[in-house]
Amino acid sequence: MTDAADGDGDGPATLRVLGLTKTFGDNIVLDGVSLSVNKGKTVCLLGPSGSGKSTLLRCVNWLERPDQGAIFLGPTRVGFRNAGSRIPMTARELAQVRARMGMVFQHFNLWPHLTVLENIIEAPMHVLRRPRDKAVHTAETLLKRVGLIEKRNDFPSRLSGGQKQRVGIARALAMEPEVLLFDEPTSALDPETVGEVIAVMRTLSTEGRTMLVVTHEMQFARETADEIVFIDRGRIVEKSAPQLFFACPHTERARQFLQRYSVR
Amino acid sequence: MIRDFSIVFENVDRLLIGLMNTLVLSTSGLLLSLLIGIVFAAALMADNRFVVRLTRALVDTMRCIPFLLLAYLVYYALPSLGLNFNNWTSGLLAIVVYNAGYMAEILRGVWAQLPRESIDAGSAFGFYGWNLYLRIILPQVVLAAIPMIGNQSIQVIKDTAFLMIIAVPELTHAASSIQSKYYVPFAAFISAVALYWAMCSVIEAGVRRVERIAQVRR
Repeated sequence: MTDAADGDGDGPATLRVLGLTKTFGDNIVLDGVSLSVNKGKTVCLLGPSGSGKSTLLRCVNWLERPDQGAIFLGPTRVGFRNAGSRIPMTARELAQVRARMGMVFQHFNLWPHLTVLENIIEAPMHVLRRPRDKAVHTAETLLKRVGLIEKRNDFPSRLSGGQKQRVGIARALAMEPEVLLFDEPTSALDPETVGEVIAVMRTLSTEGRTMLVVTHEMQFARETADEIVFIDRGRIVEKSAPQLFFACPHTERARQFLQRYSVR
Repeated sequence: MIRDFSIVFENVDRLLIGLMNTLVLSTSGLLLSLLIGIVFAAALMADNRFVVRLTRALVDTMRCIPFLLLAYLVYYALPSLGLNFNNWTSGLLAIVVYNAGYMAEILRGVWAQLPRESIDAGSAFGFYGWNLYLRIILPQVVLAAIPMIGNQSIQVIKDTAFLMIIAVPELTHAASSIQSKYYVPFAAFISAVALYWAMCSVIEAGVRRVERIAQVRR
């Protein structure tokens, strides 16, 4: 596939979400959401809490099953055997697709029974079947990058929130994922540790990782995102370049949302 | 009374052999029931409803038979079905069957309480099935279940005393035979009690120690 094949000339879409709908009981959490993340781009999902951003991210790797719509990772339809069919993937096939996406969680979700290093090599060794020495080498390189190599043998319970999240990011990177999914990575952090995590994410974005980021960090979104997707009540209200979105949002809802944040 | 204890002391080798047998029976019984419990706990938490119901019925049955009756069943009743075990194997089998149900229930209970987050992370990183269970879920379950597993271990050690009725030469059996030979009931049984107490103390000390190691891993 050439770059031009995808329309914008922005490179092929790594992740495509088409008409995603998800309800919990009577509550429509996502209502026909479509978006795509092109290779090497950072897309930030903004929106008030409860607008469905996290659910969207969890649907992308099938942690939540959407009711309708389709998700494509590269050419692969997530959750179903092939693009057109309704035959669900087996657990094994689903696991293989999930392993191609790196997820960073709001509450870190590190494995508490494993050390920092073990957390990072666990999936590469036991999902991707990489040899241990190779996995350790990669993990150590990543730990140096996020500035935590001296913590390699500590257990997560001994780390601060910011440190846990940096380990979480290193763990995701170790899978060499096609796309990184960030689910409010700084929302559970003390204000003073937010910066260290944001700094890591910023370098990842500038080095051309493909990222879909749910966040409330407006400054990060404004300075780093290639595209802003604004969601409210389960629908995409606005989709635009960050300069445009932050300078003159075209919808009233986005304006109100931004006002609340710029007051700070 | 002191003379009674000295008689027991002269027969201490019998007591110690009984102690050894109790230890071997309890340890092997515990390990085997824990292993079976691990498999059953997975079946109890399975997605397949049929598997869950079948296992639930089995586990409940195992937990509802009085231990003494179970030992009788294995030793006296199974031979009429053509299954012959010696008293040692029968005893071990009774312990394993009885405790596997408890172990499964302990592990299932802890698992159900486990925070969803780290299991989600396991799924998100491509773990599934037994790989997810054995590498991500079970270690956390076992770490959280240590006090309960310790408790169950004490129960098992005490339950082995019942096995004297099918002539397994364990500690209570040894004490009882010293008692009946020399008629020193108090000294013989108190000595056995002291040894049971010692075993339980060791377990409790072990649990405390493992708990300290577990603390950082939660």
